[in-house]
Amino acid sequence: MSITAEHAAGLAASSSRNGATAIQAYGNKLGLWNMWVAFAALALGLPMGLFQAAERSGFFPGIENTAVYFASTSTHGVLLAFVLTTFFTMGWGYHTMAHSVNKKPFFGWTGFWVSLIGTVMAAIPLLTGYASVLYTFYPPEMAHPSFYLGATLLVVGSWFWVADMIIAMTQWKKENPGKPVPVIMFMFTITALLWGWTSLGVAAESVFQLLPVAFGISPTIDVGLARTLFSWTLHAIVYFWLMPAYIAMYMIVPKEAGGKLFSDEFARIAFVLLFIFSVPIGFHHLYVDPQQAAGWKLLHMFGTFMVAVPTFITGFTVLASMEIAGRLRGGKGLFGWIGALDWNNPFVLAGGLALLMLTVGGWGGVLNASYTWDVMVHNTQWITGHFHLIFGGTTVIMYLAAAYWLWPKITGNQLFSRKMAVTQLWMYFVGMVVLTLPWHVLGIYGQPRRVSATDQYSAFPEYAQMWGLYEALMVAGAVLVVLSGFMFVYNLLMTHFNKTPEANTKVEYAAAIHEPMRLPNVLNSLSFWNWAMLAYMILSYGYPIVQFFFMEGHHTIPWGV
Amino acid sequence: MSNIHIDPLEKRWLWSIGGMLAVFWGVQIYFAAAENLHPPSNVETIDSAKLHLEGEFAEENLGVKKEADGSYTVTMVAARYGFYPQEIEVPANTPVKLRIASFDVLHGVHVPFSNMNTMVVPGYVSEVHTQFNTPGSFPMICNEYCGLGHDYMYSKLHVTAGKS
Repeated sequence: MSITAEHAAGLAASSSRNGATAIQAYGNKLGLWNMWVAFAALALGLPMGLFQAAERSGFFPGIENTAVYFASTSTHGVLLAFVLTTFFTMGWGYHTMAHSVNKKPFFGWTGFWVSLIGTVMAAIPLLTGYASVLYTFYPPEMAHPSFYLGATLLVVGSWFWVADMIIAMTQWKKENPGKPVPVIMFMFTITALLWGWTSLGVAAESVFQLLPVAFGISPTIDVGLARTLFSWTLHAIVYFWLMPAYIAMYMIVPKEAGGKLFSDEFARIAFVLLFIFSVPIGFHHLYVDPQQAAGWKLLHMFGTFMVAVPTFITGFTVLASMEIAGRLRGGKGLFGWIGALDWNNPFVLAGGLALLMLTVGGWGGVLNASYTWDVMVHNTQWITGHFHLIFGGTTVIMYLAAAYWLWPKITGNQLFSRKMAVTQLWMYFVGMVVLTLPWHVLGIYGQPRRVSATDQYSAFPEYAQMWGLYEALMVAGAVLVVLSGFMFVYNLLMTHFNKTPEANTKVEYAAAIHEPMRLPNVLNSLSFWNWAMLAYMILSYGYPIVQFFFMEGHHTIPWGV
Repeated sequence: MSNIHIDPLEKRWLWSIGGMLAVFWGVQIYFAAAENLHPPSNVETIDSAKLHLEGEFAEENLGVKKEADGSYTVTMVAARYGFYPQEIEVPANTPVKLRIASFDVLHGVHVPFSNMNTMVVPGYVSEVHTQFNTPGSFPMICNEYCGLGHDYMYSKLHVTAGKS
């Protein structure tokens, strides 16, 4: 390996082991801290999931405890859906900002501490059973005020990140007029803008409804409005979780597989479509709610199907990129390229497994989008299966792969064990599939989600008979997922303190076959999409929210759990 | 958009996606227009705190009523931790309208293997139009977390062999 002049200059400019410039070192450190918080949440949240599966199954009477179950479920949801996702995305976003456009954030540590303090404030009532309202905190059941304050701070902290991403992209564009923003930066910034829009719904619910009731300022709450505002956040948040996983598929997988990104432009098109079609469609969470009319639900249903489009595009582009790599490695024929890929490479493996889970989970999602199907499975275990497959499966497995990719580059230390990483990813995949596919079946068989036991339906013994086998599978799947999660965290920790230096610490993303020289403004700028979002949101949420201020409503008093 | 690069394969894939979307939308529009299938969405408010005092959801007015046109109306209250009345009986293959209101917090109702599934939101009346085609006894399960007794919140629906 020859040392180029650039490499030498980079080494000289840096005191760190991985040859980073000062801005990169800043992004590395900020990114690393954010992502360690994320994976600490993973390590704490996963075993709670196993406890819930075991407690709920009824096979272990000794551990059955309803109060602990719902405290655990609430904490598991908050840790994995809010803390893991937000901190991971902020962390990798800051890292990307430093490495793709060479920018230093203004508010990085402020945002980090605000979010972390918020997390701790929410964690205390969660762990002590004062916030067993589940992570969707549906009023009028109320938790301790500290829970709502903490959750709000977690979101407010992430807004510093949103601002930083947008500022960095805007600055870079000013300095490089007419040039395409590096595609990874474009994807991360539109993810940040999406999160800004997404979080407004729950922020409004929290500030105008939940906090006033929690602090006793307001005696009653309009639950219909609260659910409508939460639906604004509840679907798009899923895309905020998913988009970094897609970024890993577009930016890490093709290069590590030994190929190129099939299309830069289509990656951008997928991300702007994900942006515009993920927020104004939240009513599919309200399909069977009485406070919204059927016409609005139909409108949101059309949009819900539209958001499948960018996922179809992503599946195509990522698979095509992997195919290029397989053919470059000598794969022949229609499917020969699959065998030619290096499946012992954790990034290729994670990409393949994530796409498999996305295919199954995505079709489940298309089914759910239809309200004639949704009424059959709404709030059954099918739904738990669906989002665990897409989020726990597809999304988190890509977070894990991204971490295996980022840790050696950030710390300058070689990945502790590549073999363990490959085993871990397989275990995670098998565990997730064995966990979530039976849940889909249980849902069709009528088992509700969000119950801590199922033996109470003993007046209907045929249900227990139908459910038994799938509950056993669920526990086995959960065991595999948790073991694999611990292996992941162990591998990261050992990498962090590994004495063997990493040979390749250069941060290089997948290059497109045709690198665009110029791009139309809509694929290189946020403003068009921001205005389009405003218009679409007014159309789809304007009347449905305003109606609450004109209808003869009866607000509800708060209740404890 | 002239200066973006689109592969012929991508063009074909985009057409395929468009075709799938047309099918998805078409199926929904067909069932909404031709089969009159809509989600429960009646946007009707009620004062949950005064449900029990008088009117439709007062205790003496709950239960199953046969309407003049042969259909049935079921009126129920959801309250921690049960549905009232706790057992109802309707004939199979007969249109049933269920009207349900919550006395306290958020609840949901689901009868497995059927499209009887609705949220019950305090302050609002839920209304479901359906019919049960399979005679037998079914649990009506509360399917939204409503507090620490939620697990045990369910009632019984008996579908009798009615007209076929």
